Amino acid sequence: MFYIHCPYCNERRSEEEFHAKGQAHLMRPANPEEASDREWGDYLFFRDNPRGLHQEMWVHAAGCRKFFNILRNTVSYEILETYPMGEQSSVLAEMTAGRERGEPRRAAGAVA
Amino acid sequence: MSKVEVFQQQPSGAVAAESPFHFSRQRNPLAPAKGEAGVIMAERPFLTHLILRGTPEVLLGGVRNVTGLTLPQTPCSMNSKEDKSLQWLAPDEWLLILPPGSEFSTEKALRGELGDGSYAIVNVSGGQTVLELSGPNAREVLMKSTSCDLHPRTFPEGRGVSTVFAKTGAIIRRPDAQRWELVIRRSFADYLYRWLLSAGAEYGITTQER
Amino acid sequence: MTQTNRLNKGGRIDRQRILNFTFNGQRYEGHAGDTLASALLANGVNVVNRSFKYSRPRGIVAAGAEEPNAVMQMGATEATQIPNVRATQQALFEGLCARSTNPHSELLSTLGNLFAPLIPPGFYYKTFMQPASMWMTYEKVIRKAAGLGRSPRESDPDHYEHIKRHCDVLVIGAGAAGLAAALAAGRSGARVILCDEQEEPGGSLLDSRELLDGRPASAWVESVMAELANMEEVLLLPRTTANGLHDHNFITLYERRAEHLGDLVPEIDGRKPARACLHHVRAGQIVLATGAHERPLVYASNDLPGNMLAGAVSTYIRRYGVVPGKRLVVSTCHDDGYRAALDWAEAGHQVVAIVDARKHNDAATGHWVRLAAKQGLQIIYGSAVIEAKGKNRVTGARVAEIDIPEFQTRGSVTDLACDTIASSGGYNPVVHLASHTGARPVWRDDIMGFVPTKMTGLIPTGGATGIYALADVLKSGIEAGSEAALACGRQSPEIDLPEVDRIEIAQAAPLFQVPHPKTTLRAPKQFVDLQNDVTAAAIELATREGFESIEHVKRYTAMGFGTDQGKLGNINGMAVVARCLKKSIAETGTTVFRPNYTPVAFGAIAGPHRRELFDPERYTALHAWHVDRGAAFEDVGQWKRPWYYPQSTGESMHDAVARECRAVREKVGVLDASTLGKIDIQGKDVREFLGRIYTNKWEKLPVGKARYGLMCKDDGMVMDDGVTTCLGDNHFLMTTTTGGAAGVLEWLELWHQTEWPELDVSFTSVTDHWATLMVTGPEARHLLAEMTDIDLDRDTFKFMEWREGDVAGVPARVYRISFTGELSYEINVQAHYAMHVWKKLFEHGDKYGLTPYGTETMHVLRAEKGFIIVGQETDGSVTPEDLGMQWCVGYDKPFSWIGKRALTRPDTRREDRKQMVGLKPVDQTVVLQEGAQIVFEPKASPIAMVGHVTSSYYSPTLGHGFALAVVKGGQKRMGERVYLPMADGVTQVAEIVSPIFYDPKGERQNV
Ligand SMILES: [Zn+2]
Repeated sequence: MFYIHCPYCNERRSEEEFHAKGQAHLMRPANPEEASDREWGDYLFFRDNPRGLHQEMWVHAAGCRKFFNILRNTVSYEILETYPMGEQSSVLAEMTAGRERGEPRRAAGAVA
Repeated sequence: MSKVEVFQQQPSGAVAAESPFHFSRQRNPLAPAKGEAGVIMAERPFLTHLILRGTPEVLLGGVRNVTGLTLPQTPCSMNSKEDKSLQWLAPDEWLLILPPGSEFSTEKALRGELGDGSYAIVNVSGGQTVLELSGPNAREVLMKSTSCDLHPRTFPEGRGVSTVFAKTGAIIRRPDAQRWELVIRRSFADYLYRWLLSAGAEYGITTQER
Repeated sequence: MTQTNRLNKGGRIDRQRILNFTFNGQRYEGHAGDTLASALLANGVNVVNRSFKYSRPRGIVAAGAEEPNAVMQMGATEATQIPNVRATQQALFEGLCARSTNPHSELLSTLGNLFAPLIPPGFYYKTFMQPASMWMTYEKVIRKAAGLGRSPRESDPDHYEHIKRHCDVLVIGAGAAGLAAALAAGRSGARVILCDEQEEPGGSLLDSRELLDGRPASAWVESVMAELANMEEVLLLPRTTANGLHDHNFITLYERRAEHLGDLVPEIDGRKPARACLHHVRAGQIVLATGAHERPLVYASNDLPGNMLAGAVSTYIRRYGVVPGKRLVVSTCHDDGYRAALDWAEAGHQVVAIVDARKHNDAATGHWVRLAAKQGLQIIYGSAVIEAKGKNRVTGARVAEIDIPEFQTRGSVTDLACDTIASSGGYNPVVHLASHTGARPVWRDDIMGFVPTKMTGLIPTGGATGIYALADVLKSGIEAGSEAALACGRQSPEIDLPEVDRIEIAQAAPLFQVPHPKTTLRAPKQFVDLQNDVTAAAIELATREGFESIEHVKRYTAMGFGTDQGKLGNINGMAVVARCLKKSIAETGTTVFRPNYTPVAFGAIAGPHRRELFDPERYTALHAWHVDRGAAFEDVGQWKRPWYYPQSTGESMHDAVARECRAVREKVGVLDASTLGKIDIQGKDVREFLGRIYTNKWEKLPVGKARYGLMCKDDGMVMDDGVTTCLGDNHFLMTTTTGGAAGVLEWLELWHQTEWPELDVSFTSVTDHWATLMVTGPEARHLLAEMTDIDLDRDTFKFMEWREGDVAGVPARVYRISFTGELSYEINVQAHYAMHVWKKLFEHGDKYGLTPYGTETMHVLRAEKGFIIVGQETDGSVTPEDLGMQWCVGYDKPFSWIGKRALTRPDTRREDRKQMVGLKPVDQTVVLQEGAQIVFEPKASPIAMVGHVTSSYYSPTLGHGFALAVVKGGQKRMGERVYLPMADGVTQVAEIVSPIFYDPKGERQNV
């Protein structure tokens, strides 16, 4: 049973208060009519399934009813970060910056 | 017609009203607890429940002017004064609970103060009720029902959370050191009434009508 | 025979209190403070069970959770039966009634005796899986024979509790390390839970030979417990097993509150306590002070009653005052094995010999070794017990010199007469909990055991980390407790360790399976897993058959699959695998342990969530009336909805529904429609939002009017429907299906919060706030007119409009919408006043023939009109066009609304999609079965299924059965015949017709 920090309630609550809503940061194409059938099919049906870090969207269903993002390791189930809708993961950003500086990968897990 | 439809939903004449626990009390009349009751349950029926939506900037002044309460902006907190309370539910959502009978006048007054801004006020008085729990074992009964930490260190007076309760949801509030309040949806009232009777049985549980 | 093995003094039992109990029908006596196991041993009971595969006699081996043999079926009555109770963990109480789980297994005693030598590993997979159809039959026999016990056939008279807890520090285990950790954490002011699975806290300190501060260790236990009990923020949970450790430090604790009190939980002060309680704990830090299990040695016939763990022998002597035999041989490879001999000798019984696998020079420096030598006990060095002799009890031990690296014996074999063999191969740290979330423990050669791998929030300490010297254990416990407290932001004060004599310990020898003069395959059986009858030979065979992964060997041999999860045997099994594969144990690796650590009663898992509290029941404000009226109820989601109202004369459902249908079509009926989901939507952009979420148009709906809407997912499939009303330019009320309400609200929030936060719109559920009374039928207007000040004139209050006004003295919002096809008024009042209005309706309605109707009648009436029910006509694969509802799709709306783009995908454009149609059975008396498959060619082979019946009823109005169905390309097949082959061999025939069976022009609702 996860213990999840809701970025809006600003505290941790038990998993039973939340619903998992799948992969985070999916964008609905701005002009669906211009999307090809393949593009639209990808948007509807295809999702990442990484071993390692995964960005997921959850909703605090029994609490504040707000949607937010989680950065989670799918191997250890460790939650590295939760952050509000519309923001980007600072942990991932730092890892990317670190790699660009030539630093070794953090132990937290491979970035998919 | 106005842009948002507000109407007096309460009858002016004598009409028998039934609170959400009406059926439960009839079906499960509670024998007095053997010995000292560890838990005392009391419904606070027919209170005014209004949901306020909007940004604090939009709501703060108007709400204070009409209710005398400050909009709490710390998550999971509430401000109370006498028989009024205003609870944070989400960054853009609050629950205002007032004495019975004030739903129409309060909503009208709030809309008058807040004017044409972006906000919403919804009367939910018929759909929920407040159940008060007190007694030496009230916290244990709640601990059987919620995964929230109710220890005084983490659940001080003035805190309120919306959470899973038994197999449904409820709002748990701690208005003062002696009492806990549950805000319960009408349709789940009987289930939760039976649930609480079961959870309180080992401590002795009784109801108190006010 | 009474307590022949009980010592005259000693032990922590209450000799004044005699407790009577029965085992396998035989009466015995024991004392308060006994476990069932110690009482059985006191009475000289040798055989407590039969093994499940070979039906061999088995005795008590251990004194704790690791016991593989003494697994009992408890209960004096059918209703109080509890399977899989370990006698070593069951406190004795007056009237306790226990039976062997396997007194003498029916199938396998025969099979086992006759064919035992022939039963190879993999026997079950090879034998019982064929033919597949017989597995169910085999399974029953095997389960019964396999020592799994049986559940009661009668309802459990006791009750069970659940409670959820939080703490800073959870200390698991109240032995030396756990007590020290709890003390350190407790004194810091942290919120601490200390749980221990035994009857008394103290763990190995309760039978320790060592002194703390010059006093018996148990005195220190008492003083620490007294201090902890006085700390406000410390919760002590005795008789509580930490059974599962889940993600993010979520732990289940199984507290047996009353299992030591009686067969049935006794009343205390007029209240009946729970039999057990399951605590769901979220801990900041977990101190794992679970100690270590002693590891037996694997030698021939090591399963005979009388073969025991050395530590268990000490425990029975020192804690329970029971010497489980007369003449003892100890077989060990480390110092601690000697303690059993010292205790045995002190009890005045004969120690025949201590057989130590180590050479004299390697062992003699050890404190206990020297003590034993000083006391003149015979020690045989460089040797081991290679085989036990006896039939139903050990009668002798065969001893030989052994060469561990070469895995062979040397020289001749000596036979020693004895009745008890105590063996010890070292310790296995209890790492089970640390591997429940998938982490693998790590092998350490220096301690010859697996220790927990590093995990966030978990601090292993003491025996669980391979620290066994008491002084070190205490130190480790205090460090762990302080570290845990510090991690929670609390500082522990300095804590004075109790003074313990530091004793010399000689290096242990790595011995697991003892070599035998014969090969493993030819030697008498050397048991690795006693509960599942897995031998060293079986494991060796498995490796020869090519199973190299420990996980495969485990599954092939069933090692560790018993209710004891292989607590005693697994490491020895891995050692055998390692030996056979010529690898190290570290390379072989361990298997993963899974919750639960020991079996948990189902009652405790269910807790209070049973019977009428199993699932929430949602009631409308009118529920009491429905109950009084004798309604039959239907579950819709969690709601209890009146299904139909049979008359008290014993009216059948069919008759009741027909009567209700006629009342609505001919007079007037009323439905409690309060369960419909209702969402209040306010904001400047509501119209825009609705236009994006619904398939149809909303920008021009005027205030005062309502419109039906269809909602799709972005794949174009219908997900919900309902009528939405414009209350004000910035104010709408959306209704949803009863079951879809919560999902739709979350759906609206999803799109608003994640894609269109710029829209000014907010959603609030008002489902419970409004009660909804649907008055419908030709007389509806006349009835309502008597009760309201609303002008009901057909030209001023038109179909699909709403008005506010007074109904029976209550302010109401009345909608002219219809789900029956008749003239209808949906009265919405605040739920507090619903009962008043409902009763008034019947006061006025009598003369109009007002009839309450339920969901079944609602279904018949709507189906006659071809109105869909989402979830019945749809199943997530049906588009608006499949339903023939193009009229409800705004193809030219400027925003590409949810679901639109998908409607032009090739798959959604297929001509042969399943489309909704009406079905009229050719035989008018037939009511087709819902779910029945539809075919075009009943004689074809293979037969192609082209659709199914989604709704089917008898229509009292039409006088025949009718159905709604989805059929491939059905909308272009009007008038064609389809066939429905049924399970009973009959093939029904039906004609495809329009789904609107009644009043196709919709004139009746628009009067
Ligand atoms: Zn939240």
